[in-house]
Amino acid sequence: MKVHYKINGKDYEFDIHPGKVLLDILRENGFTEVKGNCYMGTCGACTVLINGTPKTSCTVLAAQVNGAEITTVKGLGDILNPHPLQKAFVEKGAVQCGYCTPGTILAAYALLKENSNPTDEDIKKAIDGNLCRCTGYVQQVEAIKYAITLLKEGK
Amino acid sequence: MEKQVIGKNVEKIDALALATGQPVYADDIKLPNTLHIKFLYSPHANAIIEDIDTTEAEKLPGVHMVLTYKNTPQVYHTTAGQGWPEPSPYDTCMFNQHVRFVGDRVAAVAAESEEIATEALKLIKVKYNVLPAVFDPEEAMKEGAPIIHEENPQGTYDAKRNLVAHIEVKAGNVEKGFEEADVVVEHTFETQFAQHCPIETHATISYLDENGRIVIRSSTQVPFHVRRIVAQVLGIPVSQIRVIKPRIGGGFGSKQEIILEEVCAFVTMKTGRPARAVYTREEEFISSRTRHPMKITVKIGAKKDGRFTAIKMYALSNTGAYGTHGLTVASNTGSKTLPLYNKAPNVEFVADVVYTNLPVPGAYRGYGATQGYACLEQTVDMVAEKLGLDPIAIRKINHIRKGETSPIFEALGEGREGVVQYIESEAVDKLLELGAKEIGFYEKWGKKVRNGSKVRGVGMSLHMQGSGIPKIDMGSATIKLNEDGSVNVLYGGTDIGTGLDTVVAQIVGEVLGIDPKKVIVYPSDTDVTPFDKGAYASSGTFISGSAVYNTALKLRDQILEVAKDMFGEQDNKDYILKDGFVISPKSGKRVSLSEIAYDTFYVKKQKQIIAVGSFVSESSPPPFAAHFVEIEVDEETGVITPIKYAAAVDCGIVINPELTKGQIIGAIVNGIGYALTEEYKFGENGKVLNPNFMEYRIPSSRDIPEIVPILVETYEPTGPLGAKSVSEININGPIPAIGNALYDALGIRLGSSPYTPDKVLKALKENKDKEIF
Repeated sequence: MKVHYKINGKDYEFDIHPGKVLLDILRENGFTEVKGNCYMGTCGACTVLINGTPKTSCTVLAAQVNGAEITTVKGLGDILNPHPLQKAFVEKGAVQCGYCTPGTILAAYALLKENSNPTDEDIKKAIDGNLCRCTGYVQQVEAIKYAITLLKEGK
Repeated sequence: MEKQVIGKNVEKIDALALATGQPVYADDIKLPNTLHIKFLYSPHANAIIEDIDTTEAEKLPGVHMVLTYKNTPQVYHTTAGQGWPEPSPYDTCMFNQHVRFVGDRVAAVAAESEEIATEALKLIKVKYNVLPAVFDPEEAMKEGAPIIHEENPQGTYDAKRNLVAHIEVKAGNVEKGFEEADVVVEHTFETQFAQHCPIETHATISYLDENGRIVIRSSTQVPFHVRRIVAQVLGIPVSQIRVIKPRIGGGFGSKQEIILEEVCAFVTMKTGRPARAVYTREEEFISSRTRHPMKITVKIGAKKDGRFTAIKMYALSNTGAYGTHGLTVASNTGSKTLPLYNKAPNVEFVADVVYTNLPVPGAYRGYGATQGYACLEQTVDMVAEKLGLDPIAIRKINHIRKGETSPIFEALGEGREGVVQYIESEAVDKLLELGAKEIGFYEKWGKKVRNGSKVRGVGMSLHMQGSGIPKIDMGSATIKLNEDGSVNVLYGGTDIGTGLDTVVAQIVGEVLGIDPKKVIVYPSDTDVTPFDKGAYASSGTFISGSAVYNTALKLRDQILEVAKDMFGEQDNKDYILKDGFVISPKSGKRVSLSEIAYDTFYVKKQKQIIAVGSFVSESSPPPFAAHFVEIEVDEETGVITPIKYAAAVDCGIVINPELTKGQIIGAIVNGIGYALTEEYKFGENGKVLNPNFMEYRIPSSRDIPEIVPILVETYEPTGPLGAKSVSEININGPIPAIGNALYDALGIRLGSSPYTPDKVLKALKENKDKEIF
């Protein structure tokens, strides 16, 4: 079947098998910034924004979200023009192996859209579904707090 | 000398690429005509494949190959990516007629898509002769137990008794030591099966290059060992294989194994097509690697003044169905723990490493030391209590100090004798003081502050590890100078997410006096970079970093030689390299590295300024860490909640504080998971019942306490610019420190990890029953 998405602001049409999950469709079509392969929604590495809400793309049928607006971490910023969250993760040592980073940044981005002044608890709750085995989360939380400062300063 | 680059929070050089989702991991590239590989796993813990019929599977459109023991090389090898000759037994074939655990490989299908491959697996008909299985290492050693490796593998100690290894090391006479002691304490503690849980699972892609050589792009910690072992298994020369290590999504030891590379390479060799194998999370749990569970007994004798007279440790290690890392992990259980308390003149370490029909343990951050400390550091607290000493005081009396040695260093190495070694950097007393202060240890210890059913407790533990494997681990590098004064570093070291490439850029920047941004680091590609053993044994900064440091010094010499000519001077001994310039302090002359490169490329006595260097260490200088934790435990629910965790760490000179803190905190959180929740559950037939993150709980952002890393710098003369290792040591603390805190809070000691609520409640009940009777 054919599906249409707006991914990172651009229109795409894919011919897909209706049984496939969004994660696989995205990766097969070059959006390899979306990671993960637990297919249970438990690690969070496959997090994307679907119409602005963070979802684990490994548990969403691609057909189910036909017509959706999808944002991956590349939709926030790229290597030449990084988003303040991306800059903050780099600066605060919140990226080790980096495999969970795209998903975590998207979860944090969704939080900051809703709440520009989150507490530490709010932040921890927002990234609770994004497992990280390297950092122990401390520097991730610091980075998100630092990104708030950067955003307020308009950087 | 003033530090220019090290000690600063240089941004991790790959961090922006990772944060912006660049396609840098093994499975981020898609090659045309790729064959996708899926595996069929044994449903039995111990069975002989009597018959395997792959005809129907092969007929399925889109299937290109079905691999079984019948059509793959029957080359016994070890999957352990270790130095050669490997200390692990040659007990594994790519596929074997004898399957030895639920999750052992029976067959694989290579097909046009993952879906077709999965479909084809269902069409493979297997007839098993199911054999009795054994899961308990104590049972496995007994006469009459099933013999798991009937082929008597090269490198096993006694295959008939399922003994992969038996270790016995003695210094002095422990029995005499116990006789001389005023108190003797013996304690037994069991640790559990656990998984590394890198968020990126194992992933390998292979293809033929334009000349027909096999290229392997893999999520590996050991690219050079992959090349050697794949060559061994496939029976082809090393020269026919190139291994590329892309960015790695975490390893923690699990990727120090050759488990997908040889299969992909075989499919590519046979079909000429690219091949791809990527583990699911479930496969990662069942069929990659785990941590060796151990049952450890520690016996300590001490005089009234607190001085130890003897320490005896026995470790029974369960190495599952294959012996990969079996001997060496168990060696480290003794060698990385016992020298810490060198005041005991009588020391004995004995270990048995035993095959069972369970999933395969391998290397895991901490590498045996984690298990050893789990028991040792609780036993030390028990001795202190008997003597009326506090936990810090007893450790101050007994810990090793600068200038001292331990007979264990020489007696016990990694799978063979060790090396004589004297401690050249150490600040344990300071670590103890700062850690205690941060947690408020003396104020809180023994107070049992209660809030309803919740009781607070504090606990601590002390640790050392090593830095690389002495006289075995080698790293090397090439550095060359470019026209703008930048340099390319080609080194074999393997950054698996730790930030080693950045550390290397800082070391080179420091030696050459250039901005680390001008250091272009290219790591571990067997066609391009010189050799390095890979990422394990806390060797990144120490071994790979020293190799780069030595190479940078050689490059510096060449640069200074050219500068001397350009200045028209006789002597360059006092020249300074700073901010990209060579400066002659006496004459005040200066020349930039860029000018030097232009001159040597195009103008005079043309040559490439380039250096090659290697490093192998004579010793393995230990980092030290003192861990302190405050917990709250609920007597009604049995739930333990860590409130605050402080780790004072001496890893020598700190090259990059932010990266170092990341290593410390990450290891602590992994350790907290191991202490509180992470545990394999097995069915009666040895099947893993919880191979997913829903039922195998690793810590999430909401599970962590306040964590305070405290860096205490010392100068390690044998390390690069004074540095030691930091990556493993801090995973060793949570089990004993939380265990000691639990005792402080409730007066109970659990005999095994993880400290689950049901165990806490059971121990509380037993304690109360004891009080009644």
